[in-house]
Amino acid sequence: MTYLPHTEADRAAMLAAIGVKSMEALFEAIPEEARFPELELPDALSEMEALAELQGLSNANVDADYFAFFLGAGTYNHYVPSVINHILLRSEFYTAYTPYQPEVSQGTLQSIFEYQTMIAALTGMEVSNASHYDGATSLAEAVIMALNTVKGKDRKKVILSPAVHPQYRAVVRTYTQGMDLEIVGDAPDTNTIDDLADLLDDRTALLVVQTPNFFGQVEDLDGLAERVHAAGALLCVVADPIALGLFKPPGVYGADIVVGEGQPLGIPMSFGGPYLGFFATRKEYVRRMAGRLAGETVDADGRRGFVLTLSTREQHIRRERATSNICTNQGLMMLAATVYLSLLGKQGLRKVAELCYHKSHYAAKKIDQLKGFSVDMRRPFLKEFVVTCPKPVSEINNALMWDWDIVGGYDLAHDYPARANQMLVCVTEANTVEQIDALAEALVEVTS
Amino acid sequence: MTEATPLSGKVVEPLIYELSQPGRTGLTLPDPDVPEAALPEDLLRDDVPLPEVSQIDVVRHFVRLSQLNHGIDKGFYPLGSCTMKYNPKINEDAARLSGFARIHPLQNPLQVQGAMALMYYLQDWLAEASGMAGVSLQPAAGAHGELSGILIMRKYHVDRGDARRTKILVPDSAHGTNPASTSMSGLQVVEIPSNADGGVDMDALLEQCDDTVVGLMITIPNTLGLFEANVKEVIGAVQGCGGLVYMDGANFNALMGIVKPGDLGVDVMHFNLHKTFSTPHGGGGPGSGPVGVAERLLPFLPGPVVDMVEEGSDEEPPLYGWVMPEKSIGRVKAFYGNFGMMVRAYTYMRMHGADGLRRVSEHAVLNANYVRARLRDIYHVPYDRICMHEFVAEGRWDDAPGVHALDISKRLMDFGMHPPTNYFPLIVHEALMIEPTETESRETLDAFVAAMRQIAEEAHTDPDILHGAPHTTPVSRLDEVKAAKDLVLCYGPACGG
Repeated sequence: MTYLPHTEADRAAMLAAIGVKSMEALFEAIPEEARFPELELPDALSEMEALAELQGLSNANVDADYFAFFLGAGTYNHYVPSVINHILLRSEFYTAYTPYQPEVSQGTLQSIFEYQTMIAALTGMEVSNASHYDGATSLAEAVIMALNTVKGKDRKKVILSPAVHPQYRAVVRTYTQGMDLEIVGDAPDTNTIDDLADLLDDRTALLVVQTPNFFGQVEDLDGLAERVHAAGALLCVVADPIALGLFKPPGVYGADIVVGEGQPLGIPMSFGGPYLGFFATRKEYVRRMAGRLAGETVDADGRRGFVLTLSTREQHIRRERATSNICTNQGLMMLAATVYLSLLGKQGLRKVAELCYHKSHYAAKKIDQLKGFSVDMRRPFLKEFVVTCPKPVSEINNALMWDWDIVGGYDLAHDYPARANQMLVCVTEANTVEQIDALAEALVEVTS
Repeated sequence: MTEATPLSGKVVEPLIYELSQPGRTGLTLPDPDVPEAALPEDLLRDDVPLPEVSQIDVVRHFVRLSQLNHGIDKGFYPLGSCTMKYNPKINEDAARLSGFARIHPLQNPLQVQGAMALMYYLQDWLAEASGMAGVSLQPAAGAHGELSGILIMRKYHVDRGDARRTKILVPDSAHGTNPASTSMSGLQVVEIPSNADGGVDMDALLEQCDDTVVGLMITIPNTLGLFEANVKEVIGAVQGCGGLVYMDGANFNALMGIVKPGDLGVDVMHFNLHKTFSTPHGGGGPGSGPVGVAERLLPFLPGPVVDMVEEGSDEEPPLYGWVMPEKSIGRVKAFYGNFGMMVRAYTYMRMHGADGLRRVSEHAVLNANYVRARLRDIYHVPYDRICMHEFVAEGRWDDAPGVHALDISKRLMDFGMHPPTNYFPLIVHEALMIEPTETESRETLDAFVAAMRQIAEEAHTDPDILHGAPHTTPVSRLDEVKAAKDLVLCYGPACGG
């Protein structure tokens, strides 16, 4: 076996040291009738053979090396700088566990501290944790935090905007199914922010909006936090980290919790994961927040160092009274985002956002001029916009894929039945003008 | 003038913000290849408080940070219950193939049949290795799998119209995630004490077994590294009162090809792909925590899961599609789970086969027992018998007062080794939970034993060397109390502080 170092002599000597005669003798505690079952698994392959099989499976997929991607809806094809992978492959990072022993984990701990700083800075909030599994689970944790934070016993109502990612809303419902909550706001799915604010009352714990929302539009948040706070509830904003490089952050608008998907920050699409849920809030709520936190301190000789802190909130200490069950989170993905934000920096992140903005606007205007197509450009947008098409999106996408090597936009009819024939198109800095022109040309061809 | 400081063993790496100079960037981006659109001025932010650093300085910063870490590739890492086995390099290459790394989760299934086939087989192999009827790969970590599993058990009872069941029984030796996951599910935790042998106390269990029990969460082998002697009686008792049995699979590395939890009657379990199936821990994730269930619970799995929707033929490959189980608890995560970790686990299972997995578990158990046998005369092992993949010793001696498990752990760092898990399980005083894993050689285990014996000697003759440890790490022992009291979670100048 490739990864097992013992020789026959090692095994014999070790069994003798233990005082048993055979390997089998180590397992006498297992009920005999269930011991050593046959496993029906394919025979083992060598590394060389396994890699060939995996290459075959990989080649059976349509990937962004060869196709133009205009698909977003929560996962984005942004450029991943080369440096990131090289840092992630430093095995002192990726073969380490959660940094429980700080003296031999300063690399991980300082990275978390830098990440927390960057997320707080980006969102305009005071504190960030070390990550959740993804944007959807970050939002679910925000709901739970709000329920534990708001004053008043009977606050069991949560208002969700219908323009929050449909899968995020689904995850909130899964997480809270045993909590006897009233989750409202996303039906009817035409509710506006004003409609949502009208639902606020003295039973509301949290109101959730997303900006740019699922349809790509930047929401108007002016005055919303005031209305939410007047009702004694908290405001959670689901944000996109690239948009935070350009637009005023939710903290400026008075948000209490800001969550989102960190995948755009140097993390590959990877068929949906691993990604990175970011979570930021106000300092006054830090003890209600779930997840790991790195804090600054000093060592015995007065040197600056970092440790995991406030762990009395966490499951390994507080058990059933913990703020959450989260343990393993998305450490290495957090590192990817930290390296990405360090590399791009102040100017670079803004430039990525501006490139998305210019390219998506070029694409939107171009498609809007095509016969039979129209684009909703009433609200400002960054990288995604809704195109009303002359025929079902699934038909268009099939033709784009087979004849044009294009992965088309998201079919909104999946989640919003009233939005038949509406395609959510995504354009990032990774899309070239040639790709955009080809998309426009293809849309004409496949619908004429 | 810049002051020069010669290198010493101790290192303080500046924060990335402290390396910042206005005007620098680490990556040049192209100019727009389209006409520029007018930006909405009233929505723009004035400043993004991020650092400005050149590429070489970014690379050096993170490389230097990496060097401050201990990782499996650097040395022995016997962190109990975490299964810090070697993470094969080929796994990393496989996950980075562009057909896996550069595909979008919302693509038409016809465009991603290779990825879906991989998931289909991984579901199937995990089910086969565990004796479960089906598996969902969606949960992102062990605790996430637990939450899924408890929600499944809850919904099963609700679906039968039995709403009285609200109790989850959890042994006092359980991982903290077990009670925490229970609370998150809106259910009540009832703690079951351990008996003198470290197993579940049957009398205490029977006392709680009634028609309000949703189920039992049990870790097999338990957190003492012992296989539950009464496992069949325990499972029978819970199922006898209509409850379900959840197995925490964190310790599955001891069981592959040794016993199938399904054969013992387990109804639900999760897997930690980042423990048993060699995907790296990444300094705290990403993990992957698939959940498996017995036949009667299949309709409740989180989803969607992959199914074969059309069988293949000689000419045509089979067709895979997404299926939402009929009475699913719902999604526990956007999309389908941590796919990149699934690729790594697939690679690992494919390179082992049935015989290989059994040998992995056998050697994990062999290594743990070898270390136990060679330390037990010096370190008290409270439940001293043949263990599974790990064992728990006490890090204390009556004749060395003032020496704690933590001191032993910190001193071990001076020998280039990561400490065992400290202070867990809670039922052992000054616990040192030691899990060597199967990938370590006899020489490495002998070196660990030698270090532990020397530390025991020092504890009696020169305890100050333990109290002052570690001596050779990049920083000395850190003040955790100050961190919690002063609470600095953010670099001030970037956070308005």
